[in-house]
Amino acid sequence: MNSSQCTDKSDTFTLGPLEAGPVCCDPQPAIQVRNLSLLYDGKAALDKVTLDIFQGCITALIGPSGCGKTSFLSAINRLTDLIPGCHVTGKILVHNQDIHHPDTHAQTLRRQVGMVFQKPTPFPLSIRRNLSLPLNEHGITQKTEVAAITEHVLRDVGLWDEVHDRLDASALSLSGGQQQRLCIARALALKPQILLMDEPCSALDPLASGIVEDLICRLRGRYTIVIVTHNLAQARRIANYAAFFWVSGRAGQLIEFGRCQHIFESPSHELTAAYVNGVRG
Amino acid sequence: MRETTPVHTRKVLRDRGVQLLIYASVLLISTVFIWILADLVRGGLAHLSWEFLMESPRDAGRTGGIASILVSTLLILLVAVLTAVPIAWTTAILLAEFIAVDSAFGKAVRFSLHVLAGVPSIVFGLFGNAFFSIYLGLGFSILSGGLTLACMLLPILASTAEAGLRTVPNAYRMSASALGLTRTATLVHLILPAAAPVLAAGLLLGIGRALAETAALLFTSGYVDRMPDSLLDSGRALALHIFDLSMNVPGGDMPAYASALVLVSLLLCINILAMKFAYGLQRRKIRT
Ligand SMILES: Nc1ncnc2c1ncn2[C@@H]1O[C@H](COP(=O)(O)OP(=O)(O)OP(=O)(O)O)[C@@H](O)[C@H]1O
Ligand SMILES: [Mg+2]
Repeated sequence: MNSSQCTDKSDTFTLGPLEAGPVCCDPQPAIQVRNLSLLYDGKAALDKVTLDIFQGCITALIGPSGCGKTSFLSAINRLTDLIPGCHVTGKILVHNQDIHHPDTHAQTLRRQVGMVFQKPTPFPLSIRRNLSLPLNEHGITQKTEVAAITEHVLRDVGLWDEVHDRLDASALSLSGGQQQRLCIARALALKPQILLMDEPCSALDPLASGIVEDLICRLRGRYTIVIVTHNLAQARRIANYAAFFWVSGRAGQLIEFGRCQHIFESPSHELTAAYVNGVRG
Repeated sequence: MRETTPVHTRKVLRDRGVQLLIYASVLLISTVFIWILADLVRGGLAHLSWEFLMESPRDAGRTGGIASILVSTLLILLVAVLTAVPIAWTTAILLAEFIAVDSAFGKAVRFSLHVLAGVPSIVFGLFGNAFFSIYLGLGFSILSGGLTLACMLLPILASTAEAGLRTVPNAYRMSASALGLTRTATLVHLILPAAAPVLAAGLLLGIGRALAETAALLFTSGYVDRMPDSLLDSGRALALHIFDLSMNVPGGDMPAYASALVLVSLLLCINILAMKFAYGLQRRKIRT
């Protein structure tokens, strides 16, 4: 099997060649979203979104503020269950399993699908406890193992050198950027297969942002990553695929989905072209 | 520049005025508190002694001490708090964590709690007398007094606890959930510790109310000033003792003052302890 056999179907929303990750020919969809509509208190925030997110790839979601990117991510790990008045219709398959099926446990799903929020959300606990609490809850209680994972993930996000001598300090004493990296580390510690990142770099300085960006690139292949970003240059640098959302009427819609290059260099939709060239949005 | 100066000074003046007003009200509150305390100390300190705390009252409380009264008070309080806290806090957890704010059930529960909080304590006394003392056959006893107080504490404890749980940012629930934590784990490890200071403050408020309660106990725990043998004995609470001494016992002013001093000192101690406790709990949670 080699990649030259790949068939280019990038013009459809649901299939496209794999550009990175494990060498294989057929891109495997990790997440299949079909006709996803999302309503808050009866008002539509997303309207009939259908797309595939490919295993081992980085997919960037771009679009103006309020077009439903965060809502889209929350629907994938069923965090929308927690929002009163939020109603989701349509089908989402994660690794071919329907997430709304009664047999799918939200906890199991969310362990598979990690999420990093737009705003850093460390718990008001020590740095160490922030990482060990979720691990303990998922049955990893051995002290040495927890310590090893803690060091490993903190190194991954470039936080180890800054905090290794004060792991017992409150996580709230960290700077905003450090908090965000701690949250990324916390999500990684559970070894999810899919990582949803909602503007992970918006609170970071260029240096820390660079560290996170490198980290995301290193995760490519091992993890399936969906990243929301307002930084188009960043999306262009790191993503394999890009999905462009736009608010038409009141509800957010998926306008175009395809390979990153395609979206940024030769978009098929004029809205996309206007947005990525900075004319609108 | 010149014409902006008067506006500027006016703003500064107004700012100063507001500050002055705030300081004045703080001063007023502190003055009232210190005045009461000073009055109690002046009137009661002379009568207060180790014997006063360790002896039971004699001659309707004119001589002797308040030992049996203190024991009864403590027992009534214990019964009340141990009964009310679990019920109130689980109610609060249900209201704040498990059902939607605008659900009909939640609204009904919240409404009844508000009504219950506004019911005068004498009504609780009558209810306690009819239900615990007569219907359940507990008679005039520490148990029926304590259970009546528990009914009074329920709305205070539940409302403060619910408010406390609601102050915990929703982001904690979201991110905990996103990490696959169960609701119980989130509650135990994150939400309750974060709300602990408010829970403690509510408990304090409740204990204060219970300590100072007279009317609700008059018809339930009774006013026998002997040392109680069991929870089914009648026992006189401290506040009731003060009321009795000052209203019904001529020449009971000195012991009344001394008892009041004890009561207020107890309230102060409980306050300080609970604040220390809440603070310590928060620190411990951060350290582990
Ligand atoms: N909890 C909520 N309740 C009601 N409406 C909501 C809620 N969350 C989001 N919305 C609405 O849904 C729409 C989409 O919001 P969403 O947060 O998904 O946008 P976004 O693309 O993430 O925006 P941004 O780039 O600013 O983060 C917005 O119009 C918003 O007002
Ligand atoms: Mg968002």
